[in-house]
Amino acid sequence: MATEQQYYYDDVVKRLVQFSVIWAVVAMAVGVYLAAELVWPTIDFGQPWLSFGRLRPLHTNGIIFGFGVSALMATGFYSVQRTCHVPLFAPRLAWFLCYGWQLLVFLGGISLLAGWNTSKEYAELEWPFDIAITVLWVCFAIVFFGTIAIRKIKPIYISNWFYGALIIVVAIVHIVNNLAIPVTFSKSYSLYAGAQDAIVQWWYGHNAVGFLLTGGFLGMMYYFLPKQAGKPIWSYKLSVVAFWAFTYSYIWAGPHHLHYNAIPEWVQSLGMVMSLVLLAPSWATMVNGIMTVSGAWEKLRTDPALKFIVLSLAFYGLATFEGPMMAIRSVNVVSHFTDWTIGHVHSGALGWNAMITYGTFYFLVPRLVGTELYSVKLANMHFWLALAGTMLYIVSMWAAGVSQGLLWLSLDSTGELSYSFRDIMASMAPYYGLRFIAGLIFLAGTLLMAYNFYMTTRSRETVKVKPPAVDPAFGVAS
Amino acid sequence: MNGMSLHKKLEENSALLIFGILFVSSIGGLVQVLPSLYQESLRTASVNTRPYDAVELTGRDIYIREGCSVCHSQQIRPIIAEVERYGPYSRAGEFVYDRPFMWGSKRTGPDLHRIGGKYSDDWHYIHLIDPRSVVPASIMPGYPWLAKRDVKTTDIQRKMRALKTLGHPYEEADIENSPSALEGLKEIDALIRYLQMMGTSFVEAEEEVQS
Repeated sequence: MATEQQYYYDDVVKRLVQFSVIWAVVAMAVGVYLAAELVWPTIDFGQPWLSFGRLRPLHTNGIIFGFGVSALMATGFYSVQRTCHVPLFAPRLAWFLCYGWQLLVFLGGISLLAGWNTSKEYAELEWPFDIAITVLWVCFAIVFFGTIAIRKIKPIYISNWFYGALIIVVAIVHIVNNLAIPVTFSKSYSLYAGAQDAIVQWWYGHNAVGFLLTGGFLGMMYYFLPKQAGKPIWSYKLSVVAFWAFTYSYIWAGPHHLHYNAIPEWVQSLGMVMSLVLLAPSWATMVNGIMTVSGAWEKLRTDPALKFIVLSLAFYGLATFEGPMMAIRSVNVVSHFTDWTIGHVHSGALGWNAMITYGTFYFLVPRLVGTELYSVKLANMHFWLALAGTMLYIVSMWAAGVSQGLLWLSLDSTGELSYSFRDIMASMAPYYGLRFIAGLIFLAGTLLMAYNFYMTTRSRETVKVKPPAVDPAFGVAS
Repeated sequence: MNGMSLHKKLEENSALLIFGILFVSSIGGLVQVLPSLYQESLRTASVNTRPYDAVELTGRDIYIREGCSVCHSQQIRPIIAEVERYGPYSRAGEFVYDRPFMWGSKRTGPDLHRIGGKYSDDWHYIHLIDPRSVVPASIMPGYPWLAKRDVKTTDIQRKMRALKTLGHPYEEADIENSPSALEGLKEIDALIRYLQMMGTSFVEAEEEVQS
């Protein structure tokens, strides 16, 4: 299909970036509204579709599948063309995927507001959407692996392994976890029940985090960080070892979401041990990224894009340290069911996923239209808003979570509970207030970025870029 | 041939790379998840655990629809403070008719696994419509629409048949009579019936052993 195309297909990349930014704004705004509902519980005005339980899955699905996956498709298509020295395989399919995916997120979001909800976290969409996701995901795989198959460069660059692992593993866990018997168009019953359903769900839930929010975004890091730093990846060997260790060990870690729950103890213990093992490949990758920037530190003063990416690595290190710690049963007994979990998720989602995506987009957007960023000053403001918002968010949720966890467990000298649930809940009000402000700050930064991109790209055509000549030392014999 | 030159083959052959990812990532699932799907103890019902009747099932599906599990867990851990606060810890055998499971991951509100029988139906009714009228500091949303909407009677037979094919022991007569069991109920009534039976099977079983 793509035989005689001379230029990279960057129009579809640009469109996916635009959709990703739109979903970021929408889903984060929903998040801020949810935070406000926990402070002022009556602002749902008695409307079912504004109710916390229906909006919350819209927030998480909007971020993961709208913002996150659109960003991964955009950056994946951009980098796979450049690392393979060929335009996209099956470009029409890529366009179909681009719009099909947005339609899916849009209609899926409406279905969540209507109360179509499987209640399995990050897999809330009902069966018709699950089938649509599967079909679109196959399109993603065809375009991505097809491009690798027609590559002109013999070695497959490391970023592509991570995008590849994302496509393969997410497909498997999505299909297995969503197996269900449909009853009506909007309702199905899971093929698994009770404890077994829980084990399957968290095998999915943890690896959606693992291979999508961690692995996929590591693919982004491996291409865009060296590009921006102007240096090759620090250690190629380390990246190889870390990739396989990551792919092997992540899949085991799910049961740490079910510590002390009614599942077999050997499953919990295995999940805990493998979560601790996971620290090694996670930090190996972080060190590899930080060392790549080392020697180009002076660029941090002038380049907002690089600033975002370096900061995202710091939060990546923080979250991948915190995760294994929370997977230890004796820590988990305090943290489980508390706002600490919410803080942990957001140190990953805001500090790592959003920041690395913002950094990558600040790099990508001006290049796609062949101009300078509209305002570096606004981008720098965005950086500080993002940092302040993330810090305030996770610190307030740590404080809330740790105190919740300890107060729930607290017994007085006679062995009676020290505090009622109601009193502990009521004491959360200041933390929830701070979290709402933190979310607002972060959202404000994202809005600045959206405006900056609009001004950068408006009435500009996508630059046409030709694949460069292939170095014969690495070329594929044709 | 050392490790890195062996690896060179992998990174120059996309089919090998795909196979490698598939192989390495599936080991964990095969060793850890698959065996637990065949573990009998996880699919054997506790003494008094029975499938949900038509009203309870309808109530449970409303609980799912409104996303109650976002803020309420249904899982009491075997920890002294939790057993004191909520009641006997949760056993795997109590959940064998739960599709999907509703253990949750967050307690913005309290655990509900043993909520059954703790409050009166009237209390639940008032609390669901306006939580702050009975718990002033509550941040739970109100659900006034549940008191206005009639329970849907058209899906219940299909629901129960689907669950029967998955092994829930429903009698054909129960399925036949299910729409009439729902006749005249508001959604809030079904939800309260579900809340009131939640976690009660275990307590009954314990009493049986004692007497």
